[in-house]
Amino acid sequence: MEVTFVLQDKTTRTVEAEPGWKLMEVAVDNAVPGIDGDCGGEAACATCHVYVSPQWREATGERTSDEQAMLDNTFGVREDSRLCCQITTDEELDGLIVEVVGS
Amino acid sequence: MTITDSHDAALTAEQAEARERIYALPLESLDPANEAHYPSGDIHWVFERLRAEDPVHFTAAEHSEYGHYWSLTKWDDIRAADTNPKDFSANGIITLARPVPESMTEEEMEAQRRQGITSLLSMDPPDHEIHRGAVSEAVAPANLAAMEPLIRERAGAILDGLPIGQEFDWVDKVSIELTAMTLATLFDYPQEQRRKLTWWSDVITSAPGPGRAVENQEDRVVAMNEFFDTFNDMFTRRQSEEPRVDFLSLLAHSPHATDFTDRELFGDGIVLLVGGNDTTRNTITGSVYALSKNPTENAKLRANPALIPSMVSETIRWQTPLTHMTRRTTRDVEINGKIIPKGDRVAMWYVSGNRDEDKIQNAASYIIDRKNPRQHLSFGFGIHRCLGNKLAELQLRIIWEEMLARFPEINVIGEPVRSHSSFIKGYESMTVVIPRRN
Repeated sequence: MEVTFVLQDKTTRTVEAEPGWKLMEVAVDNAVPGIDGDCGGEAACATCHVYVSPQWREATGERTSDEQAMLDNTFGVREDSRLCCQITTDEELDGLIVEVVGS
Repeated sequence: MTITDSHDAALTAEQAEARERIYALPLESLDPANEAHYPSGDIHWVFERLRAEDPVHFTAAEHSEYGHYWSLTKWDDIRAADTNPKDFSANGIITLARPVPESMTEEEMEAQRRQGITSLLSMDPPDHEIHRGAVSEAVAPANLAAMEPLIRERAGAILDGLPIGQEFDWVDKVSIELTAMTLATLFDYPQEQRRKLTWWSDVITSAPGPGRAVENQEDRVVAMNEFFDTFNDMFTRRQSEEPRVDFLSLLAHSPHATDFTDRELFGDGIVLLVGGNDTTRNTITGSVYALSKNPTENAKLRANPALIPSMVSETIRWQTPLTHMTRRTTRDVEINGKIIPKGDRVAMWYVSGNRDEDKIQNAASYIIDRKNPRQHLSFGFGIHRCLGNKLAELQLRIIWEEMLARFPEINVIGEPVRSHSSFIKGYESMTVVIPRRN
């Protein structure tokens, strides 16, 4: 499966992903700039903040409560904000597009 | 006195002796908040032992000048507490650095809150989000991008003004200069008086005493009042001026500004001041020190300046400029097999979690190209995570880019004088010589 990150400079980076990983891990493994994943995927640092494209909102699910708490304290939060450590890759997300917010 | 806190190499006789002495003490008497452990670096033996023998450690009042408290020393336990503001409340005092009553009822905690200062760092949700949200724009990515050229110009000017071939104090001439300039910008405070900000921060974080920022408690009160009056004046002036992106203007123009009490504003001012002062200052000094003690790492950096960001993160972990934050339990909480009673204080020792071998390999060693250098506890985790972390990294990155462009070597002479504090892990002074320019 493939996922696409729209970077802060508006260029795009499409990478191969295996199902079952945190989207943050996919980004860090591929050195996607703007995704740091400092806390290791615990929704405790907000360094993997992304905006999810409208067509993928439903498939990527709802914010978790820890994620919501961090987003309450993060820059540039919108309705489509997610911490991508809380999104798990699966075949249904093949073609997913997210925009990197940066922190 | 042992000085280095890097114990990756074989221990010196003094270090071995210090370690032996710590291991010979009765376990229950160990008091990680005892300031005497810090200038010597002995604190790392205290934590090494606690992580192995008593990771959730209770220090009784008879062994501590700060009253009884609990210590979390393992990465996982610190992370669990820091991300659980419901059970581990920040409401009240967030360091151990002053004596407090034994344990407190909810009424007493509230009374203390009303008497003392309070701030975004010592608030729980929902107040916390309001205060943090008000000031965060000053250090948001867009504003940092705007500040970068300014910081670079200042860093260059500071470095170009340093003497060559002569001993000087790196802390005073570089670390304090750069961070004071940045602070003055963030507060939109007159640049020519920037050292006043540094001094107020030092007064706030250190106990009064001979050789300290202030000699006695009366002078401390005078200094604190002076900061409060200055801060208040600036806040009032900002209210009648156009909104800008300095901390005071952001507070003054917050939609919640009329709800902010003087005590809250003062608290926010203190946290923003201290948060931007010691931490980055001591990490800048720490980076020069750590690289001088680890020639292989220094060579790696000079051969490959692309390692600067990774070196910066590794230094932030290795230095851990704020050793801990405290919380208070809101109920009886079980953690790692121990039950911490409701109302007790809990110190989350970031400085220990950052050396936890179960989480970080070769944790005592300074390795600038380690695999996950950003994974450290120095900024905390959860809703109180350091607001200015990116600004700290930015200043460190810029000063090193400018240093590598100018100086082929920086030699540390002797050992630095370390801070006498169990909260601020840093340096009072560090003598260096720069033999020549590039």
